[in-house]
Amino acid sequence: MPDEVEENSEQTNDAPDADEPAEAVKTPPGEDLKEVVESAFPGAVLEQSAYQDDEDEATFVVGLDSIVDVSTHLRDHGDTLFKLLTDLTAVHYPEAENPFEVLYQLYSIEHNRRLRLKVRIKEGQAMPTVSSVWSSADWMEREIYDLFGIEFEGHPDLRRILLPDNWGSHPMRKDYPLEGRGERIYTKPKRKEIGD
Amino acid sequence: MDMALEVAVAAIKIFIVVNVVQLVVAYMIYVERKVIAHAQLRLGPMRVGWHGLLQPIADGLKLFFKEDIIPDKADRVVFVLAPVMVLVPALVVYAVLPFSATFYITQINIGLFFVLAISSLGVFGVVMAGWASNSKYSLLGALRSAAQMLSYEIFLGFSVIGPLMLAGSLNLQEIVHAQRDVWFVFYQPLAFIVFFVAALAETNRVPFDLPEAETELVAGFHTEYSGMKFAFFFLAEYASMMVISTIGIVLFFGGWEGPDFIPLPGFVWYCLKLGAFMFVFIWLRATLPRYRYDQLMRVGWKFMFPLVMLNIFLTGFLKYLFL
Amino acid sequence: MVGVANTSRIEQQSTLHGTEELVINMGPQHPSTHGVLRVILKLDGETVNDLDCDIGYLHRGTEKIGENITYTMFIPYTDRLDYIAAPSNNLAWVTAVEKFFDWEIPMRAQYIRSMVGELSRIASHLLWLATHALDIGAMTVFLWCFREREMVLDLFETAFGGRLTVNAFRLGGLHEDVPDKFLQLTQEFIDIFPSRIDDYETLLTNNRIWLQRTRDVGIISAEDAMDLGLTGPIIRGSGVRWDLRRAKPYAAYPYLDFVVPVGENGDIYDRYLVRIEELRQSTRIIQQCLDQLPGGPVTCKTPRTIKPPEGEIYHSIENPKGEFGFYIVSDGTTTPYRVRIRPPSFINLGGLKKLCIGQLVADVVAIIGSIDIVLGECDR
Repeated sequence: MPDEVEENSEQTNDAPDADEPAEAVKTPPGEDLKEVVESAFPGAVLEQSAYQDDEDEATFVVGLDSIVDVSTHLRDHGDTLFKLLTDLTAVHYPEAENPFEVLYQLYSIEHNRRLRLKVRIKEGQAMPTVSSVWSSADWMEREIYDLFGIEFEGHPDLRRILLPDNWGSHPMRKDYPLEGRGERIYTKPKRKEIGD
Repeated sequence: MDMALEVAVAAIKIFIVVNVVQLVVAYMIYVERKVIAHAQLRLGPMRVGWHGLLQPIADGLKLFFKEDIIPDKADRVVFVLAPVMVLVPALVVYAVLPFSATFYITQINIGLFFVLAISSLGVFGVVMAGWASNSKYSLLGALRSAAQMLSYEIFLGFSVIGPLMLAGSLNLQEIVHAQRDVWFVFYQPLAFIVFFVAALAETNRVPFDLPEAETELVAGFHTEYSGMKFAFFFLAEYASMMVISTIGIVLFFGGWEGPDFIPLPGFVWYCLKLGAFMFVFIWLRATLPRYRYDQLMRVGWKFMFPLVMLNIFLTGFLKYLFL
Repeated sequence: MVGVANTSRIEQQSTLHGTEELVINMGPQHPSTHGVLRVILKLDGETVNDLDCDIGYLHRGTEKIGENITYTMFIPYTDRLDYIAAPSNNLAWVTAVEKFFDWEIPMRAQYIRSMVGELSRIASHLLWLATHALDIGAMTVFLWCFREREMVLDLFETAFGGRLTVNAFRLGGLHEDVPDKFLQLTQEFIDIFPSRIDDYETLLTNNRIWLQRTRDVGIISAEDAMDLGLTGPIIRGSGVRWDLRRAKPYAAYPYLDFVVPVGENGDIYDRYLVRIEELRQSTRIIQQCLDQLPGGPVTCKTPRTIKPPEGEIYHSIENPKGEFGFYIVSDGTTTPYRVRIRPPSFINLGGLKKLCIGQLVADVVAIIGSIDIVLGECDR
């Protein structure tokens, strides 16, 4: 990988008005990645999409049960090596059947590729934690728990992270009102050391 | 009658020395601020008086009138006692320091021993302050400080043995007289290096300012102090800087004596040498980062200690051969 | 009061080892936690046995705000994330939103974006060096760095009017062209800046004490760094030659020549060297931008109301502190449906525990400094 970067540095183009390298992607983005996943877990990829067929936006929708296996496989397989969990977040669609989408934004330094995994879950459904796959998931899962109220089963230390421990609700949900204070069920903090 | 006169003269001398020392200390802080400011592309104090010359006095007044806070959970007696325990030894030591051939409070034949003994009492005050504050930061600072001061006390003590062997006396005046021809720093470079490093550590100066490492321990053992009590720690620190510099001058740089071809009074020589010492202290502070606690101990025990032992051995050996 | 002796308790425990852990609370008002970070340390003597970070003191709900205002209105909010390097955040946001469209951003705007991005990298790294050195006790470097940082802020002021939160870029380019004076002052700045970097290095790079304090402290291997999601100079300090300016070029970076520095051991010293080298490389990049800066307009034709098509994108750039990204879900209206900020400080800080356990208290301070966090972006 470092060698590849070195090459790039030498062939940088000095002309400012040079054409952008033309993209010639015919197969849907992420097809090869899908094959990697499907070879180990047939039928694990429920949906496949990419915004404007952009290679970087390749997105797989994965089932709740298979997310940990798929993640581990994608991290360890030689053709993918998604060792970096760039981002882990959630989106709330109150109208949908499965209102919460948890997103795993993966990046492979070796192959310079991105992949997004999605899991759609119901209200109150708990996610399996991926903090055993990527340690970086630890804090990000805590953040989702804090802001969306999604629980992560098996998480080593699931506490609120940004908001106070006794904050009553989950502000990144779409039904959280923008004004007023009635929605906050706020109890007077008990004196307690977090280190305890 | 003679007795009364002696006491009166001594009292006057003590009065002068204590007051002058306090004033000098106040201005040393000013000089330090100025020198560091210029090293850091700043101007330092500029507002109070011409180029901030009255700043120390303003600071003194401010500290004097500041509210004196004693934390709720503090051990009040020890808390109040601690600054005194730090300042008094630092000032008592001045009793035997020779400022010039004629000006000194008293002269005792175990002068150097007295200085080392009394100045090492300061550590009690530091530990008391750290303990009595009932704050974790202060306690950690005090522990560091105690460990550091005690270890470096040893190297300091051993490093003065070389010059002592050459001078053959513990009396500070006689040590100075023994250097009439050649300063001991030329005979005892190793001892001087160890002495200087130990002096830095002993006075908690950069790079050994761990006990009061602002960025780690906020301000170490005096975190909880304010007003005049805080000023006492400050005064004590600078007073002991002066003491240790004076000892350095006496042991290695011929005390108040200067080269004969520049006719200056002894006291002026003393002041010049003191100023040079102080400048090095300040210069180091502007330049160096801070050691870590374990590294400080390692430097002391693994490097300074063998070095100073070697020096004692060499001095004895050479003295036996040539003198 | 765990630390101060409770005699009876110590007597009880003395049958075991006679010691107990000291819980010490660092921050949020502590001089070297760089903002309002609170670290709870469990110490055995001076060794860190356990550590817990308490963050969120600066949480302002920026992501929620983003869901309720238009794409253009969110630009100034990004300033407030990593406020040390505000233009970088602007750049991340505008390039992320532009990903929805197929606008042709004029080359002049792209070059100015890269240039200002690098200036903000310099400003950020200078602040890091200043405070990091101060944490380790080198006081003078602090003020020396601020002298140059001041010059960079003056440059921002010349170009955009703001100093700290500059609100530099607009969707589709810049608000206006930068004044000639800005280019001239930038040239003057980068002419003297390399010698100033030499000055800092004189004080630190070969300083024995600095080496002792930073070498072999806070080591993280490349594998662990990836596992913890660390990005930016930290992962490069561990020897991974990965820089988004190279890997996923944006703005004018495809046309610029620079070296991505990497370390070997992944200790504090390597991160220090990497960032120092990045300062030099940034200077080089700015020089190239100035030399190659094309003329022409600085903004492309954009619609009056920004309405991205329905969809979702993730776009990230190489901020001074690491990968700074935005995940945006558009529902086809003028406001985003979801804005997710991928904060490098937050994720890098997550690695603090791994870095600190087993080290000394003094090292914790040095390690926090070497991670280079900004709480504004960590807490959002």
